[in-house]
Amino acid sequence: MELFQYPYMQRALIGALVIGLAAPALGIYLVQRRLALIGDGVGHVALTGVGAGLLLNRSPVLVAVIAATIGAIAIEIVRARGRTSGDLALALLFYGGIAGGVLLVGLSDATSANLNAYLFGSLTTISPADLTTIAVLGAAILVTMIALRPALFAVSHDEEYARVSGLPVRTLNLLIAVATAVTVTIAMRAVGVLLISALMVVPVATAQQVTRGFRSTMAAAMALGLFAAGSGVWVAATADTAPGASVVLVAIASFLVVAVASAVWRVLRRRATPTAAPTPEPHEVVLS
Amino acid sequence: MTSPVITVEHGVVGYDGRPVLRDISLTVNAGEVVAILGANGSGKSTLIRAVLGLVPISAGSVTLFDRPLRRFRQWARIGYVPQRLGAGGGVPATVREVVASGRLARRGILRPPGRSDRSAVDEALRAVGLADRAGDPVSTLSGGQQQRTLIARALAGRPELLVLDEPTAGVDAASQEAFADALRDFVTHGGTVLLVAHELGPLRPVISRAVVVHEGRIAHDGAVPDPAGHHAEPDHDHVHPHCYDEPAGLWSN
Repeated sequence: MELFQYPYMQRALIGALVIGLAAPALGIYLVQRRLALIGDGVGHVALTGVGAGLLLNRSPVLVAVIAATIGAIAIEIVRARGRTSGDLALALLFYGGIAGGVLLVGLSDATSANLNAYLFGSLTTISPADLTTIAVLGAAILVTMIALRPALFAVSHDEEYARVSGLPVRTLNLLIAVATAVTVTIAMRAVGVLLISALMVVPVATAQQVTRGFRSTMAAAMALGLFAAGSGVWVAATADTAPGASVVLVAIASFLVVAVASAVWRVLRRRATPTAAPTPEPHEVVLS
Repeated sequence: MTSPVITVEHGVVGYDGRPVLRDISLTVNAGEVVAILGANGSGKSTLIRAVLGLVPISAGSVTLFDRPLRRFRQWARIGYVPQRLGAGGGVPATVREVVASGRLARRGILRPPGRSDRSAVDEALRAVGLADRAGDPVSTLSGGQQQRTLIARALAGRPELLVLDEPTAGVDAASQEAFADALRDFVTHGGTVLLVAHELGPLRPVISRAVVVHEGRIAHDGAVPDPAGHHAEPDHDHVHPHCYDEPAGLWSN
């Protein structure tokens, strides 16, 4: 516990908690619109931004935000067009993003350790300025996702209905795309581009096994994200493991525990209350 | 009562250059209950999607409440009921949460829901007989109950015009009756209805006018036509063991 007396560990913990709370709040909309893996794609594109930042001696995170935003908007445009080649276009973007990142980092003076910090996260090297960026952007994501929940739910649940309701569907979709890019970039410091989607998606997947409504799923997913971030950093500090990987493994362990527990509970409940077979409606055709 | 709610003039719609609707002209006046009938693939669903602006028309014009579709903004006056609820990504949503989406057109996206929103949602749930299922996840409902949820969502916005796409297709008898009651109630209070149907069933007495679409053109506009051929026999069970209208493809014989 005394490790948390060091300011760098406190920053790591606060940064992780902010991301643990904000990532599932956005992720629930991505899961609902079957874009669970989009965080991965945007992360790949963000890596090109990191490479460009390192090469140009600009802030890698800042350039990554710009690259990720452009990538997320491009993905959204492909998705909205609904063409069958969208799948391939996304693949091109993903691999182009990661290859561009590796190439640009190689051209710069950065070492492979620098690249690793962005690929797998580097919570303990968060500077006070980084923490401010994470906290401000994380709070902005959180407030937007919660305040606009009815509209974002409607557009993620049934886009055509949202359009006939007169909602600004294109603006809301772009908002989700930009929020994805921002979340990916701030989470990059915590868990790395290769593990970002886990924090957006796994808490949602865990929560929805036991919840009945959208709002309760969102609340439970945010609580689970917070728990995974906090205990992941604690595990990393005490067992000296990689923080990003520890956070993600705690999230996945929670998923497994909840999955097994809810399956057991369902079996027990079914044994306790044997339900009568539902009475079917009469046949609509004459069976000879 | 004769002000036009929907006017389509010489509407043409095509998908990828293939015409689906050719030269459709249709007017729906306030207080009417118009059924669009037609075989699978006749373009009847495309017609209402074009009216709502969900598919672009390549020629002609659509007017809603005396405004060209392009400049129409009063979406709260319209309640849309799609054919079915999208499966989504598996995130649970309660019946009440889905129905509450119907208030957004009236409330806007920035204002949090208030008391009037909640009472409108309650009323819509009662109108379709789902008040006791409000807290259940929609995925646990039967197909007919899900369809009623979508109708409640449209009613929650207190629209003047209901547009429904095949509201009774594959819906159990109890839900069809509940739906016919809700529709009758809506019309008694001055509502206008445009619906697409494959067959009318219990809705038949509610319909004031029928429009038959055939091969992208209007083949009939007037009284509800009597069923033809063996469909007219009193003991005819309207089932389609094989659907001849489906395009030939990998799975057809």
